[in-house]
Amino acid sequence: MPVWLELAIRVLAVVAAFLLLPLIVGQTEHKVMAHMQGRLGPMYAGAFHGWAQLIADGVKFVQKEDVTPRAADRTVFRLAPMVALVPYLVVLLVIPIGPGDHLVGQPLDVGLFLVLAVVGVGVVAVMMSAWSSANKYSLLGGLRAAAQLLGYELPFVLAAASVAMAAGTLSLPGIVAAWRPWWVIWQLPALVVFFVAGLAEIRRPPFDMPIADSELVFGYMTEYTGLRFAFFLLAEYVGIVVISALTTVLFLGGWKGPFGLDAELGWLWTLIKVFAVSFVVIWFRVAYPRLREDQLQRLCWLVLVPVALGQLVLTAGVRVAIG
Amino acid sequence: MSGIPGAGLAKGLAVTLRTMTKRSHTRQYPDVDPELPPRSRGVIALLEENCTVCMLCARECPDWCIYIDSHKEEVVVPGAARPRQRNVLDRFAIDFSLCMYCGICIDACPFDALFWSPEFEYAEHDIRDLLHEKGRLRDWMWTVPPPPAHDPNGDPSKEEAASARSELASPAVGSKDGRASAG
Repeated sequence: MPVWLELAIRVLAVVAAFLLLPLIVGQTEHKVMAHMQGRLGPMYAGAFHGWAQLIADGVKFVQKEDVTPRAADRTVFRLAPMVALVPYLVVLLVIPIGPGDHLVGQPLDVGLFLVLAVVGVGVVAVMMSAWSSANKYSLLGGLRAAAQLLGYELPFVLAAASVAMAAGTLSLPGIVAAWRPWWVIWQLPALVVFFVAGLAEIRRPPFDMPIADSELVFGYMTEYTGLRFAFFLLAEYVGIVVISALTTVLFLGGWKGPFGLDAELGWLWTLIKVFAVSFVVIWFRVAYPRLREDQLQRLCWLVLVPVALGQLVLTAGVRVAIG
Repeated sequence: MSGIPGAGLAKGLAVTLRTMTKRSHTRQYPDVDPELPPRSRGVIALLEENCTVCMLCARECPDWCIYIDSHKEEVVVPGAARPRQRNVLDRFAIDFSLCMYCGICIDACPFDALFWSPEFEYAEHDIRDLLHEKGRLRDWMWTVPPPPAHDPNGDPSKEEAASARSELASPAVGSKDGRASAG
């Protein structure tokens, strides 16, 4: 197979996953959230239990007028949604869904490093949209988001570092290959810290203080309309997929399943785990109220960071003991 | 927040998960007809034949949404000294854009000419079409449910009690249909 063809297939597959998985997660959120609240959720779009609701939403967003406020910094304002979206696309490129080189967009030796670096770009997009909107609510939301993202970056990276230390590699397929089931117990604090910090990184409830629609209209997305707003929403749902996939790959053993058929069924195990973690993300949104700004920072600095540091010590200790 | 730390968080998750496994409460109204209680206040029906144009309903109506027009007709009764006069209903209309569904007109009517019907799907595109004239009000009569059965443990009606009392006082007179014997 010529190189360009293989490249095209890989990129197309990643883009397809990038467009399809968030839709599935979004539709699941519609229905799961509704049933957790004793409702039915969308029932009409697509004629069967509202399966086409998000497609209908997409069509609606495309039709809407693309408004840029007069006082806004046009270039930055228009660029921000893309900046929010592209990092997640890049992250999806290096996440392995099965063993071997053909079930990952681009196998990379420093995959974990790249993922952590690129996810951190999110804060730039938020600040771009917040500052360029020329709206005080946007700015307030953006500053909250900046404080939150910078704060939670630390436990996020520390928890990931713990796994990298345990596996002795920064390559995501390498980490999955080194993973053993008992690591779930060993790395449990890191798993919790990583998941919670990941929720905060993608600004999902209960960590949606930057958006806080009851106080800040819609935070840094207040001035956005139409397709650009849809891009921000899409970024949120791709974010769920990315965080779930990272949690799966780093802590839940990725493509490793309970039977020996990992080579054949690995992709299925990965997808099942990703959707299970996504379900928990949705579940948290339904179950928990939004954290106040001070509670948010307190949780990060007084709980997550110490736990992550303790986990690092534990990981190092066990590593030295075994090896 | 006492006992094990995080118990409250786990409880929150448990509540939402349990709700998810139960049937949802949504009523799919346009697809599935709602189950209304039998005496729901949907629309007011007029039994035109019972109306004597006494105007009590129109006068009791708090927001004056009942319009009544009538004229008098002379009825010649054979054997009577003078012809009798009788009210004939020309127009009876209820403006449901004004009606607040208090039901006072129905309570006020002494001749059982007004009834509640549970029908409620009579929305209109033009507010003026909410003025239901007597023909339409008469048609609602077909949707009026039968009155609820008498409570077996309740007191008998006034008429029954009075009839039973008079029968006790003078058993010779009796009652023609024997209904009073039940009391």
